Amino acid sequence: MTADVKNEPTRRDFLYIATGAVGVVGVGSAAWPLVDQMNPSAAVQALATVEFDLSTVEQGALVLIKWNGLPIFVRHRTPDAIAEAQGTALADLKDPAPDSARVKLGQEQWLIMIANCTHLGCVPEFDTGVFRGGWDCKCHGSQYDSAGRVRSGPAPKNLVLPPYEFLSDTLVKIG
Amino acid sequence: MSGPSTYTPKNGFTKWMDSRLPILRLVNDSFVDYPTPRNLNYWWTFGAILSFMLVVQIVTGVVLAMNYVPTAAMAFDSVEFIRRDVNWGRIIQSAHAVGASMFFAAVYIHIFRGIYYGSYKAPREILWILGVVIFLLMMATGFLGYVLPWGQMSFWAATVITSFFSAIPLVGDGLVQLIRGGLSIDNATLTRFYSLHYLLPFMIVGVVGLHIWALHVPGNGNPAGVEVKDKKDVLPFHPYYTMKDLFALVVFLLPFAWFMFFAPDALGHPDNYIVADSQVTPLHIVPEWYFMPFYAILRAITFNIGIPFTDIVLINSKLGGVIAMFGAIIVLFFLPWLDSSKVRSGSFRPVFKGFYLLLVISFIGLGWLGSKPADGIYVILAQGFTAYYFGYFLIILPILGKIETTRPLPNSISESVLGPSATREPAAATMQGAE
Ligand code: HEM
Ligand code: FES
Repeated sequence: MTADVKNEPTRRDFLYIATGAVGVVGVGSAAWPLVDQMNPSAAVQALATVEFDLSTVEQGALVLIKWNGLPIFVRHRTPDAIAEAQGTALADLKDPAPDSARVKLGQEQWLIMIANCTHLGCVPEFDTGVFRGGWDCKCHGSQYDSAGRVRSGPAPKNLVLPPYEFLSDTLVKIG
Repeated sequence: MSGPSTYTPKNGFTKWMDSRLPILRLVNDSFVDYPTPRNLNYWWTFGAILSFMLVVQIVTGVVLAMNYVPTAAMAFDSVEFIRRDVNWGRIIQSAHAVGASMFFAAVYIHIFRGIYYGSYKAPREILWILGVVIFLLMMATGFLGYVLPWGQMSFWAATVITSFFSAIPLVGDGLVQLIRGGLSIDNATLTRFYSLHYLLPFMIVGVVGLHIWALHVPGNGNPAGVEVKDKKDVLPFHPYYTMKDLFALVVFLLPFAWFMFFAPDALGHPDNYIVADSQVTPLHIVPEWYFMPFYAILRAITFNIGIPFTDIVLINSKLGGVIAMFGAIIVLFFLPWLDSSKVRSGSFRPVFKGFYLLLVISFIGLGWLGSKPADGIYVILAQGFTAYYFGYFLIILPILGKIETTRPLPNSISESVLGPSATREPAAATMQGAE
């Protein structure tokens, strides 16, 4: 074989690369099910919605319910707490969001949030921290206000809102 | 392994075997006639202690697995069943739980031995790196095992630690779901953690094999840090070091036995005797003591890192904490190339000794702070110690080796043991065994 022939891509080179490519795709597609089986199973996903009767929660109260294994805060806010949350300047917030983005229009008294701190997932304590009607995460000291917005500490984001809708004024469907 | 084999099969069977599977030759050359520096001190016995502990964990683990039930509904009760009703279960369970602590105590001593005596330096870089890999696998195994009893600490440790991955931009949340098998820690998480907790110790066995292989190519280092020059410097592994290791092991077993028999829960946390509850976080969650230093580093990063004088945040405090925590281990991989000193042993580096002592103090200090609440002075101290920890590896070691005046090294290992005059014929009798 002379030098210039060597530099030309040959049929053999093509077959070689094509075989390699098929091999990579084959190994990849054989490996994927082994990884993907770890993702939430159909059974776990089937639990995806719960309905909750709000009439049991008095004004000023907080209850903890379960959705998809996650703890959910259902908080019935007082008019004071609502006014305070609405009055907060966006500039004071770490993850700026107006109160209106935290609740559903016309249902401002209901604050429904996933009860895991956005830092590393602990369940924050209600009303023991810096913000009245807010939350205090004992794990690493994050503070949330009365709209569940992070105000200080290592948590990067506000408490997460689960997908939910009001089926009536007293019935909410989460998920 | 190092040097030509000295094994001579003596009878018909061993000769027959040697020409088919020379495993007796391997054992002889690795653990019997293996030439070992004559000056090893007790800090060199922890490798043997660690090998023993690995076997203890596997043996007790395999028998625990005969009664343990890895489901969210049954796990907690099955551990209590083991402790109360299974014959000897009380001892076997505490051997495994206390054993994990003793295993980590030994590995920390082993690592800090290496850092002091420069064990990571050429030609032992691979040996060192394999050690760091073992350490990572041990941490993963310990964490996965801690989740299995399915108490409150198990559950919340699993929540917090899997949440580390949510700090990764873009893919983080999906990754956390993949690891948990759901939105939260639940049955799916427990069963996969059990599977992996069973698997990883055997992977550790594999890496330990490589670790010892990589040890036996250049041979052991030693406290003087000079290499073996001739036969006067070495002793046969058996009986000299088999006996020394065995003696150290017996001493090590004293605290192990004390905890195991008299205080099986002293090293654990009482909250783990409350069954897992996804709705309530214990007021004070702390990891096992052996993770404390790294936990303190995680929590020390309370600030965002951004472009100065702007509001642009490049790394928020959550991601920063996770990076620092993993970085504290990753930096060990680079240690062989970060230390610029030609002198291996810390004994001959007067200035290094001071910095080393500060490193030990920082690390223990971080361990203590990991158990304290994350506020006020504790955070500031943790930040100071974290800064020193990284400074030691990334600033002090690279510079110190270039400017430090070291003490003169002994000409040989035998000289370091017997003094400069005694290089003549150190105990010819002992050397016969090494032939
Ligand atoms: C590197 C070696 C190992 C380490 C560091 C380790 C660590 C641990 C730890 C910390 C626990 C929690 C103990 C407690 O708080 O009660 C645990 C539990 C457990 N481990 Fe391991 N383990 C190791 C090897 C193994 C092996 C090889 C097996 C089985 C093949 C095993 C099976 C179990 C079982 C069934 C439990 C649950 C029962 C219990 O909580 O005592 N482990 N392990
Ligand atoms: S988990 Fe809430 S501050 Fe860390």
